Amino acid sequence: MGAVELRGFGWRHAGRKAWAVRGVDLRIEHGERVLLLGPSGAGKSTLLAALAGLLPEDSGEQKGTAEIDGLDPRKARERVGMVFQDPETQLVMARCGDDVAFGLENRGVPAEEIWPRVDEALRRVGFPYGRDRPTAALSGGEQQRLALAGTLALRPDLLLLDEPTANLDPVGATLVREAVAGAVRGDTTLILVEHRVAEALPLVDRVVVLTPGGGVTADGPPDAVFAAHGEALAAAGVWVPGRPVQPRRATAPTGDTLITAERLGLPPRLRPTDLTVRAGEALAVLGPNGAGKSTLALLLGGLVKPGVGRVVATSALAGRDAGTPPHRWRAPALATRIGSVFQDPEHQFVTRTVFDELALGPRRTGRSEAETRSVVNDLLVRLRLDRLAGANPYTLSGGEARRLGVATALATAPRLLVLDEPTFGQDRRTWLELVELLAGLRDAGHGIVTVTHDAEFVASLADRHVALERSGTR
Amino acid sequence: MTESPLAAPIAEAGAPLARRNPVAKLGAALVFSLALLATVDPVAPAIAIAIELAVLPLFGVRYRVLARRAWPLLVGAVGIVVTLVLFAAERDGAVLVDAGPVVVTTGVLMTALGLVLRMLAVALPGVIVFATTDPTDLADALIQNVKTSPRFAIGALAAFRLLPLLGMEWQMLTLARRARGVDAGRNPLAKLRLFASTAFALLVGAIRRGTRLATAMDARGFDAGTPRTVARRQRFTAADAALIIVAGALAGLALTVSVLLGTFRPLIG
Repeated sequence: MGAVELRGFGWRHAGRKAWAVRGVDLRIEHGERVLLLGPSGAGKSTLLAALAGLLPEDSGEQKGTAEIDGLDPRKARERVGMVFQDPETQLVMARCGDDVAFGLENRGVPAEEIWPRVDEALRRVGFPYGRDRPTAALSGGEQQRLALAGTLALRPDLLLLDEPTANLDPVGATLVREAVAGAVRGDTTLILVEHRVAEALPLVDRVVVLTPGGGVTADGPPDAVFAAHGEALAAAGVWVPGRPVQPRRATAPTGDTLITAERLGLPPRLRPTDLTVRAGEALAVLGPNGAGKSTLALLLGGLVKPGVGRVVATSALAGRDAGTPPHRWRAPALATRIGSVFQDPEHQFVTRTVFDELALGPRRTGRSEAETRSVVNDLLVRLRLDRLAGANPYTLSGGEARRLGVATALATAPRLLVLDEPTFGQDRRTWLELVELLAGLRDAGHGIVTVTHDAEFVASLADRHVALERSGTR
Repeated sequence: MTESPLAAPIAEAGAPLARRNPVAKLGAALVFSLALLATVDPVAPAIAIAIELAVLPLFGVRYRVLARRAWPLLVGAVGIVVTLVLFAAERDGAVLVDAGPVVVTTGVLMTALGLVLRMLAVALPGVIVFATTDPTDLADALIQNVKTSPRFAIGALAAFRLLPLLGMEWQMLTLARRARGVDAGRNPLAKLRLFASTAFALLVGAIRRGTRLATAMDARGFDAGTPRTVARRQRFTAADAALIIVAGALAGLALTVSVLLGTFRPLIG
């Protein structure tokens, strides 16, 4: 039960020219635990959706066959369970127990069996609260644990996990991995898609690598796959374990102070905090969830009015406006001095094409059309977006959208950059490019503030760090 | 995490009428309110409000809590009185206040009072029902007792959960636009355009989120053609039927008193 057989499998979404996944031959036996790898765009999520029976026949074109225990996946849906990336959009009900019961109701499980199975599933994932806990009161990691319980309660033979920890901070990701390790039994086949390979390896006994052009690059036990293909996989963006990154230290001494936070806070989200950012330095802001890191980024970015204390921009940053707090500057002036990069790049997109997106800032801040064109073309090349100049920003992959988000902030040449979790969920290639880019900006005299959970990123780039504590007013 | 204020019942769950089947409560409120719509006089609604306030403790709602929940209604009531006093076309009856352009007569005051009482009498039952009903229970009862499609009832419930996210999303979109150098300054046309573009982005995001939620529900077998079972049984008992009948009878009582007093003015005719 739960055996997967793919023969020459391919899928092209309706209306797309390129095949999302193609030429995959793969057999996964009952009870195997497989980590599915591949650079972004290799079709991992499409393959999982196909196995979950979530690609209706009329939603695209199929090549070859996919079978679960000899059945078309669309007819084998009762045997398959799937957990997705985004915790917010997986929970259906207002109370935890009801949410786990939701799938059991859909499958027509007799009423008297539902609650015992709900309790058993909650126990299996180590859920710390009772059935009546509101789902809205859970952290991201707890929500993913609950989603896992809701899937396991259905007793799937094949469990598909599509980057279940990508939207979580390290603490939440650990919660989910522990739940998977403790809850998935030997009688369940597991296919896991996950960027962070080192953390995922204890959960699997086999690694399959998809090739972006089609087919399978490598398949076998983790050690053998990484020994034979480690170099190529790392170059393609896979986080191959045991390949440390060279740190990028500042090459020049720091310059003028750009901005100072004096007892800056916003109760109850952020406790009063002092910090200084100078030109030519990269400052990392660390701290647990709920400490107000993102709030601090918004305050330093001049986007939110401080609740207490103040933000002081020096004349090195703001010229004649140095006396006015950044949150009172007009938006075009702000964009030329402080660039903010949001955690979700899609929040920042305003126009219909990548080119216009990059041109927006320069045009808004009064640059000529010729200047704008030269700035945009330079950024397109620097951030490997030149092939995508005409694409709609909303259709970009995660890594492309992230690069565009950073590029839009750079387009107005601000002296200070404030980034909120820039490396979240990125593959190794984009990650290295970001470190390289930010290190280059720092060495060119920019000030860089990064709010992050990513310890490796801090080790590679940051010259200094500030650790916030949980605001805990209540 | 923010919790939707609409989603939080404010009553003691154990109160005798709060425990009644949600569909019965909704039905009773509808019967009561619809009957009152038949008249435009002030007497029937006044009696209805007295009844509504009298049964409030049976629903486990405190008066203070109701006042807090119903404050938009009270604001609306004040608005009606002020508007009518200032702008009413017919100013019959004795003059009470004559302050230049503002003339307050007994006729105007009676009309305003009638309207306010009517609005409160018709709206209060709904407020009471939603204050004492958990949305999940309501969806369950709609599916089990009046055969509403689960696709609709559960779908609405799931969408309801995503509502509080929209507020946060709007704030992030607004801040991100400022960070991009986009603001409207004092230009009203630019303000309108910025609002429209932000609203569009919010809509795009909401649709994507809705699609993801629908896929996740699909993956858990929702609406797959298998007959559903129910984890939480909602029963519609004789007491629930009685609640609706009594609501109808009380509304009838209010109307009868109004007819007997000669104040009854039918809405139609």
